[in-house]
Amino acid sequence: MTTLAVETSALVGRHLRHLARVPMRLLGVTVMPVAYVVIFGYLFGSVIEVQGGGYREFLMAGIFAQMMLTNLQHTALGVVDDLGNGIDDRFRSLPIAGLAVPLARTMADLTRVVVACVAMAVVGFAMGWRTHAGPLQVLAGFGLLLLLGFAASWLGVLLGLRLRSAEAVSAVAFLVVMPMTFLSNAFIPLHGLPGWLRTVCEWNPLSAVVAACRDLFGNPGSAGDALPMRHPVAASLLLITALLVVSAALATHAYRAAARGR
Amino acid sequence: MDVTIEAEGLRKTYGTHTALAGVDLAVPAGTVLGLLGPNGAGKTTMVRILSTLLTPDGGTARICGHDVVRQPREVRRRVGLTGQYAAVDELLTGRENLVLIGVLHHLGRRAARARADELLERFQLTDAAGRAARTYSGGMRRRLDLAASLVADPPVLVLDEPTTGLDLTNRRTLWTMVREQVARGTTVLLTTQYLEEADQLADRILVLDGGKVIAEGTPDELKRKVGDEQLQIRLRDGGQRSAAVAALAAVTAHQPVPDDDEASLRLPLTDGLAGIAAVAAALDAARIDVESFASCTPTLDDVFLSLTGRSTAEKPEAAA
Repeated sequence: MTTLAVETSALVGRHLRHLARVPMRLLGVTVMPVAYVVIFGYLFGSVIEVQGGGYREFLMAGIFAQMMLTNLQHTALGVVDDLGNGIDDRFRSLPIAGLAVPLARTMADLTRVVVACVAMAVVGFAMGWRTHAGPLQVLAGFGLLLLLGFAASWLGVLLGLRLRSAEAVSAVAFLVVMPMTFLSNAFIPLHGLPGWLRTVCEWNPLSAVVAACRDLFGNPGSAGDALPMRHPVAASLLLITALLVVSAALATHAYRAAARGR
Repeated sequence: MDVTIEAEGLRKTYGTHTALAGVDLAVPAGTVLGLLGPNGAGKTTMVRILSTLLTPDGGTARICGHDVVRQPREVRRRVGLTGQYAAVDELLTGRENLVLIGVLHHLGRRAARARADELLERFQLTDAAGRAARTYSGGMRRRLDLAASLVADPPVLVLDEPTTGLDLTNRRTLWTMVREQVARGTTVLLTTQYLEEADQLADRILVLDGGKVIAEGTPDELKRKVGDEQLQIRLRDGGQRSAAVAALAAVTAHQPVPDDDEASLRLPLTDGLAGIAAVAAALDAARIDVESFASCTPTLDDVFLSLTGRSTAEKPEAAA
């Protein structure tokens, strides 16, 4: 194994132990999205009509995407937590790669997200959600979602390092996640919206991801006219990769800059 | 003599506050340098620069010949840091904490485990090794933190106020452990607010104030500057003070100093117990009624008072 792999896996082990010791944390990230599946599924499901399948089949991709985006908040809070006690200084004083600490955190958070994903899929399945595509396509859909979760996590590292307080992190995360999810096709079909609002929602990067997942899962969803909606898989791959590269670069820079005394 | 830790003209400013205003130091291999000073003197800034957690605005520092700014990784390989706040993972057990650090030092998992057990034994943590560090007492945490900084057996140990907040018993235990490490040849830089701690551990002391070195020397040299241990004599009757001064003139060459309190006076204590006995005999012979004898050792506050003319409680400027 290379040095970076040894260091990262040791630190991932630390985070996974935390997860095992404080199962409430895992419960915390799982309960919310599962609750969304149930509440939205039954509440909105009884009033929103979706052509070519039921609302619940339409909803799942949106909830998965929302949960991936919310991952940024959990990562950022973990970063703030480590800054608050001396453990961050301890890691910085060790001869390890600067990338190892944030990389281990984002990878461990991805593990947590996978667990939440499984829980949601089970609940969704129980409520009647089915995929109508080949297993490879379905896996590709989940791969795309996890890539979004990973990129969001790196954005979370950046936020945590920059904001350095749990309150600020929660406020900023809310300001990012709320408009991104509600001004998108995650929970509602866009065809009924007034023209300008529909344009905004169709250009929202999260809409592209959700549309791509619906395509890959074979779930219903109204396509849009905007460019990202016409090529959702390509558009979301491009957007997520851009988010990942920029966030990871800025987060790594922020991690090193923090060592220079801000 | 080999110089292990050296710094020239180190400067660091935070906004308008000058944390370090040009500090030089040199610590020969295998010795202990104590950085003594009140809060805001620049001690922690110094520690953070020497352990590569902070980049100085000016000046240079080297650990075993490696520049802290240009060769941080080489420096990190050689410095064990024990910060002011015990840097242990609360959710991991004591052993897991040490194994993690060992693996991060690339000892390999097996060797990291062996090293962890060895350190747990040495720092009297074997019984608590399987418990989450969250359940540890203050003293145990500090010991685990110290053990964590020694996992890779670094030639240099940097201790930032290692015993602040500990009771005397735990403080003494930690001192013994640091001494053992020094006996193994480790070079130590230690910051402290306690003159006694510097006296116990340090070969040389640097007194910092407002980011500058205001005194330097061995603990004895420094104490001599402040004045030796003093004997405080409290009389039952304040009216007898001048008679007492006259009686003392016969047994000691030092001029007794009257205290603010009318019934009390002070005398440098030079001859130990014999000196106290002579003083007691002289006062008894002159039929002077003594309420109490007490010995006062100089404190950091006394050092400050004598070096700067002000107490440590008064901050130099708007120091953080």
